[in-house]
Amino acid sequence: MDVIFEYRQILIQGTLVTISLAVLSLALSIVLGLIGAFAKLSPTRGIRRMGNVYTLFVRSVPDLVLMMLIFFGGQTLLSQIGGLTGLWDYIEINQFVAGVLTLGFIFGAYMSETFRGAILAIPQGQIEAARAVGMSPGQVFRIVTWPQMVRFALPSFTNNWLVLVKSTALVSVIGLHDLVWNAFSAGRSTHQLFSFMIAVMGVYLVITGLSDLLLRMVDRKYAVGVRRA
Amino acid sequence: MNAVLPSADTNVSLGVDELHKSFGTHEVLKGVSLEAREGEVISLLGSSGSGKSTLLRCVNLLETPTSGQISVHGEVIKMTQDRSGVARPADPRQVERIRARLAMVFQSFNLWSHMTVMENVIAGPIHVLKQSRAEAIEQAKEVLERVGMYERRDYYPAHISGGQQQRAAIARALAMKPDVMLFDEPTSALDPELVGEVLKVIRSLTEEGRTMVVVTHEMAFARDVSSKVIFLHQGLIEEQGAPAQMFASPKSGRFKEFLSNTRQ
Repeated sequence: MDVIFEYRQILIQGTLVTISLAVLSLALSIVLGLIGAFAKLSPTRGIRRMGNVYTLFVRSVPDLVLMMLIFFGGQTLLSQIGGLTGLWDYIEINQFVAGVLTLGFIFGAYMSETFRGAILAIPQGQIEAARAVGMSPGQVFRIVTWPQMVRFALPSFTNNWLVLVKSTALVSVIGLHDLVWNAFSAGRSTHQLFSFMIAVMGVYLVITGLSDLLLRMVDRKYAVGVRRA
Repeated sequence: MNAVLPSADTNVSLGVDELHKSFGTHEVLKGVSLEAREGEVISLLGSSGSGKSTLLRCVNLLETPTSGQISVHGEVIKMTQDRSGVARPADPRQVERIRARLAMVFQSFNLWSHMTVMENVIAGPIHVLKQSRAEAIEQAKEVLERVGMYERRDYYPAHISGGQQQRAAIARALAMKPDVMLFDEPTSALDPELVGEVLKVIRSLTEEGRTMVVVTHEMAFARDVSSKVIFLHQGLIEEQGAPAQMFASPKSGRFKEFLSNTRQ
């Protein structure tokens, strides 16, 4: 275990990268998830279809493939755009940005399913009552829909978040120095891969435990007015 | 209470002109016109499927009428058509403004379940009428006392009875200081022993000279408090008039039949 302590700096750095990657991806996935959920619930058929294509696409393509598509494909695409417009010659997508974009995109699709279900769980009459007092669509969302959908969405949201945290490990494939990448290279060079993987496991467990605690607090906050069975 | 109209006051609070509404190929409203003058209480009667609830929901645009015109104190709600010819409101802001003047009380109460009774009552005044919180609470106190719910102001809807929820919903409607109050079968979802407390509150409101349109199955209520009764049948007005006369000597066979069915 001494070797872990010796390499702590690199592990801590990796952990920070992993956490910030997870949090930023989560933020993006919430935004995309809300857009996706409302698209799926739209009265306009074309918009509904776009929402469904989004989730179908993400569900059917492996995360790893999507990540490489966005990282390498995005790079080529940007270079071509640069070449055509003459605005830039060569552009390199930062691995971190590619990671956030990919994970946000993937989990946005899962979130849109989560949010769609949560919105449907709110009695339609409450939305009507809000419209009937003259609230604008934005106010209806802010005052009536959001506070209640958080409660309905939370169990599945928690699940998405925990899977998302684990999925950040995928970005080591495109060379981002996250926790897994750092531990893996340290483990290989010291020939103690097993110890490092145990350490990695511990870090992920701690992140999960803390998330659980935090989300329980959120649940309590949004459970007001609910009759406990 | 059963004064025969028209009175000298011809101020029309709510006007509905030749309203049609179809769901798909099914035409629910086939050209209904009505007028509520200031202070009038109109009861809408009819068997289920007659279109009475749809009519009420069209009035504040919760359903979009297929054609026809709605006006509130002379202000006509502007309608337009989208590319496929489906009618929709031309100006969403106008609809929001008009809805704020037409308070609606629903059959299933529809209180916001994550807010206390008090929060339910002040939400509209604060967010729509842009009152200050203090002002809204001050006024909420008044309307909650009016419906006998002030003591329960800090309860969540799930923790009070249906009758209390409906009275809170009436307070929420009153807090908007509406020009017209719309009631959509306000007692139909209640246990029989809770109907009385809600009807009592609604009756007391009619005595204040409020303009109201009430969809109801409570015949005694319709007979005693309305200034006009409208009987809808299959999307058309079959019979209308002063309640005393309509209940004593119904003209149309269908209304006669309806009355004899509901009296059992």
